[in-house]
Amino acid sequence: MNIVVCVKQVPDTWAERKLKQGDATLDRESVDGLINELDEYAIEEALQIKEAHGGEVTVVTMGPEKASESVRKALSMGADKAVHLVDDALAGSDALQTSYALAQVLQSIGFDLVVLGAESTDARMGAMAAMLAERLGVAQLSLASKVEIDGSHVRVNRQSEDGYWVVESDLPAVISVMEKINEPRYPSFKGIMAAKKKPMQVLSLAEAGIDSSLVGLANAATEVVDFTERPPRQAGTIVKDEGDGGTKAAEFLAAGKFI
Amino acid sequence: MAEVLVLAEHTGGEVKKVTLELLTLARQFGEPAAVWAGPGAAEGQSRLAEYGAARVYVADGGEFTGYVAAPEAELLASLVEQKSPVAVLLASTGQNKEVAGRLAVKTNSGLLADAVGLTAGGDGQIVAEQSVFGGATIVHSAVKTGTPVITVRPNSVAPAPAPAAAELANVDLSLSDAAKGAKVAEKVVQERGERPELAEAAIVVSGGRGVGSADGFELIEKLADSLGAAVGASRAVTDAGWYPHKFQVGQTGMTVSPQLYMAIGISGAIQHRAGMQTSKTIIAVNKDPEAPIFELADFGVVGDLFTVVPQLMEDIAKRSGA
Repeated sequence: MNIVVCVKQVPDTWAERKLKQGDATLDRESVDGLINELDEYAIEEALQIKEAHGGEVTVVTMGPEKASESVRKALSMGADKAVHLVDDALAGSDALQTSYALAQVLQSIGFDLVVLGAESTDARMGAMAAMLAERLGVAQLSLASKVEIDGSHVRVNRQSEDGYWVVESDLPAVISVMEKINEPRYPSFKGIMAAKKKPMQVLSLAEAGIDSSLVGLANAATEVVDFTERPPRQAGTIVKDEGDGGTKAAEFLAAGKFI
Repeated sequence: MAEVLVLAEHTGGEVKKVTLELLTLARQFGEPAAVWAGPGAAEGQSRLAEYGAARVYVADGGEFTGYVAAPEAELLASLVEQKSPVAVLLASTGQNKEVAGRLAVKTNSGLLADAVGLTAGGDGQIVAEQSVFGGATIVHSAVKTGTPVITVRPNSVAPAPAPAAAELANVDLSLSDAAKGAKVAEKVVQERGERPELAEAAIVVSGGRGVGSADGFELIEKLADSLGAAVGASRAVTDAGWYPHKFQVGQTGMTVSPQLYMAIGISGAIQHRAGMQTSKTIIAVNKDPEAPIFELADFGVVGDLFTVVPQLMEDIAKRSGA
């Protein structure tokens, strides 16, 4: 089975993340980039599917040069090869454009199953699996907390508002996975060494058949009008419990008409 | 006047509060029109009328509930084509973000997710306020291409009644084969008791590492129930298996923005703050006076939650006359 995992490099969520003055794009320079946390679950799921059903796992990413670090991590976990779409013209692309560019890459390399993390920790739109399924005309099996494959048939438990749905389709399909679907493996020393020799194909827009007038900040379908840092919350009242802490909290609740 | 389409959220004919919020927001840009996929529109009609829906577009074929996200997107896309609305608004749920994504692709339109407010910009365009990077940055965004497709978080505005006709209009639409790719074989409802939904709740009570165990977490549930609140948990709690993962509030879990958020035994690591720091009022109880949660708290008690919380519950009971 030809399994493709889409990964995204995001700024470390433990660091102070910012937009850049000027073009209001993500400041990728001042913060360490690392692989989007949920994408590690996607890689693990892809590896488990490969281990059970055979095939090959290809990692695809779109982003600046340094996004290749995240691809290396995926390769050291056990993915077989990687494709990195990198081109200055992609900078500042919004979701609509990113889904177009990724769909072009997926179409050109081919796939039976595409696996994504359910959302990225920076944009948190949670829409990419659906957008790719829409563009590729294949089934969307997203927000999965469990994936089962039987021949060319896929069945997932999809998280819903009040529980879960059992959803099924035939391959090809796009899956997105939730946290806790599995326990992502740590790259072994052997895996890290092996990753250095694994093939990483670097694609430009032209090579991927992407129309440059449909991507990038200037052509985006959305724009940032302005942005500000959230003002710090005003310091509240902090009391030490001297036997009446609960009562004081109740008084605060009553003053705010919560009780 | 041009319409603003609002995808109605409903269960068993009952309209969810977030839909009334969206109808309230929609009014400032045009005539609100609800879109109802699935059965039950007749039961929901009066509520939609009360909150300003001039029309309700209804597609109630069984097809609309048997597949994932694509049917709603096809329905909305056909209405966008026929009615040229000012915008399409959806509640920010996991599924709706996907519906919105598909709709944006179908109509080649800009997509904005998780708005916490909508205002009219200088040239009449819709400006969405978003709270990004865990609430650290406030961004105002607009759509430049196509029909704005915007998902809005619950609790972004107080729903205000504004009576209208809510005239039912059936939409005749048969789904494409592409929309039927992912078939729903079964819908499993997991019992959550009488508590409100975490995403929509006006009050959320969350417990953290300080509760110490799964048994200790019962205290959080009791406090929540005394306030009619939803229960949340920090990642430490869900990772330890003390409470189900789907209740996790934080960077990798849910983002909530209730009127009142109570953080009990939660230190307030950046991962957790990312999911709750836009709450209107925050109360914290923690035994560590240095816990970062106190930097966010409007009211904080430094003390042992196992003595503070029972006393608080006793006082709540006294005040409510129980």
